[in-house]
Amino acid sequence: MEKQEPVLEIRDLHTFFPLEEGMLKAVNGVSLTIHKNRTLGVVGESGCGKSVTAQSILRIVPDFAQMTGEILLHKNGEVIDLAALAPSGREIRDIRGRDVSMIFQEPMTAFSPVHSVGEQIMEAILVHDDVPKAEARAHAIELLKLVGIPIPEERVDAYPHQLSGGMRQRAMIAMALVLTPMLLIADEPTTALDVTIQAQILRLMKTLQAEMGMSIMFITHDLGVIANMADDVAVMYLGRVVEYGSVRQIFRTPKHPYTQALLRSIPRTGRRARVRLEAIEGIVPVPLDPPDICPFADRCTQFIPGRCDEKVPDFLDIASGHSVRCILYE
Amino acid sequence: MIGYIAQRLIYAIVTFFFLSIVVFIIIQLPPGDFLTSYVARLEQEGDIIDEAEIEALKREYGLDATPLEKYFRWFGRFLQGEMGRSFEWNQPVERLLKERLPYTILLSLITLFFTYVVAVPIGIYVATRQYGFSDYLFSVLGFAGLATPNFMLALILMFLFFKYFGISVGGLFSSEYALAPWSLGKIWDLFTHLWVPIIVIGTAGTAGIIRVMRGTLLDELSKQYVITARAKGVAEGKLLFRYPVRMAINPIVSTVGWQLPRIVSGETIVAIVLSLPTTGPLLFKALISQDMFLAGSIVMFLGILTLIGTFLSDILLIVVDPRIRFEGKA
Repeated sequence: MEKQEPVLEIRDLHTFFPLEEGMLKAVNGVSLTIHKNRTLGVVGESGCGKSVTAQSILRIVPDFAQMTGEILLHKNGEVIDLAALAPSGREIRDIRGRDVSMIFQEPMTAFSPVHSVGEQIMEAILVHDDVPKAEARAHAIELLKLVGIPIPEERVDAYPHQLSGGMRQRAMIAMALVLTPMLLIADEPTTALDVTIQAQILRLMKTLQAEMGMSIMFITHDLGVIANMADDVAVMYLGRVVEYGSVRQIFRTPKHPYTQALLRSIPRTGRRARVRLEAIEGIVPVPLDPPDICPFADRCTQFIPGRCDEKVPDFLDIASGHSVRCILYE
Repeated sequence: MIGYIAQRLIYAIVTFFFLSIVVFIIIQLPPGDFLTSYVARLEQEGDIIDEAEIEALKREYGLDATPLEKYFRWFGRFLQGEMGRSFEWNQPVERLLKERLPYTILLSLITLFFTYVVAVPIGIYVATRQYGFSDYLFSVLGFAGLATPNFMLALILMFLFFKYFGISVGGLFSSEYALAPWSLGKIWDLFTHLWVPIIVIGTAGTAGIIRVMRGTLLDELSKQYVITARAKGVAEGKLLFRYPVRMAINPIVSTVGWQLPRIVSGETIVAIVLSLPTTGPLLFKALISQDMFLAGSIVMFLGILTLIGTFLSDILLIVVDPRIRFEGKA
């Protein structure tokens, strides 16, 4: 394996939301590393805290959230702790969109409906760089062309509702990449798209990553997409990372009972009909004042009474680059 | 876009014809006609009128015609600015309206302006501080403003001003200027009188618009495109006005036109209490005394202003919202 340089290191991140019903521990001690030019896939069911983790990086979680931990961005040999910056201050705003940018699930709602796509891309440039408008516009057109939008000179003036879903997501990617960030956070970027369009967008992201040399944090609940896109995978459950490893390790030798169950629940072609697709029993609990036990305890088929409900299992290294949070490996 | 405007214009014209029919029916609705009342009054005063004279008057005013003929005659004259005679005032209706309409329009436009200039910034301010002290303060004031009948406020203000400052705030002019020709002094006098009705009439509207602005802005603030803009690194203040405020103001801008009919009917009771020379009291008196040509003409004006207002709203809507501008062309 080539020598890996970290771009972003998350250390023991907690993002809590104090609600009237209790403390919502959306992210409850997450540690992750994203390496240069590599893609980290973050996978988990809805509500496991993957999106909040991503939003915590850019500090765009709602104001009342309580955040602790470190988010270290390695920028030109400097290390900046994003978690320590003021959430609407100058420093984090300089990083947003320039060094770390983000694309979202719903390209329809993620664009303002009353501004043209071009205006919104140009804004991403003009917020950071003092360049003439014409130059920003030319740059926007160039990016639209790069992401494969036909007739970009005309589309630059189109409004979001005039583009198809796939085109909108391409425009979204253009907007995120306009200042060649070193890290792109993609929060379920293909979930709202048709399967064929999805494949095109994924291919585009891979091509752009190779061309521009950036790292990607790819958030999805779709294991097929992870297998296609990611170099490393973090499996999240109830605000914690339960397993981390290379894509090969996660898919070939999954260790955590949750990861194993997830992989068994993927429908496969070629499997005999009438064989029931396996589902994980129960539903994802809401992390409202969660007890300090294994988060997966109540749904786990290998639950050991007295051990799994005793404490939160440690995050154990079981092979080079492969860690798991499960009592079975202690 | 031109098709859209043309379509709206045709709707407005068709509605205008239906409106004229309804107004005509209203004018014809009371038993008897203006001649009957006229004759009755003359008889009361002891005059003797012979049958031939009545017949001549009937022919002259076209009172022996069929309803259809009457309608076309009335409508044709209305279009030429002849609106019939007010027997209550014994003057042509158009002369009565000419006297009062300018003040009504002046008062209403300034009130409208005042309402928006005060309400929109307050709405934005409280929406960005939801559940803060100022939010509660303005909510209480706003509901109080909505719940207090305007004429009540007018009476209280009149009382307070008279008791503590010895100023009579009724009317639009002081007695020395009321019949004087226009001069700088008279204009100044008008302005010193104008602000009381503006505040009195404006409070309810202001309170209402604060609520609307606050509500729509709160909706918009949690939209995805706000997060997108934040993730681009746009500063909070700039972001607020460029995106959510821009969206939240749409319903307010596009309903400005609906305020036009209020310009004529105005706040009738307030106008009576403050003895303002506007059309509101005129309509009120006309309805009580069955002065149907006057009442009908004012109702007609209300209808026309509603149509113009709606038409303006439609145009404003396509100016502010590209999704409507490009309807059917996407």
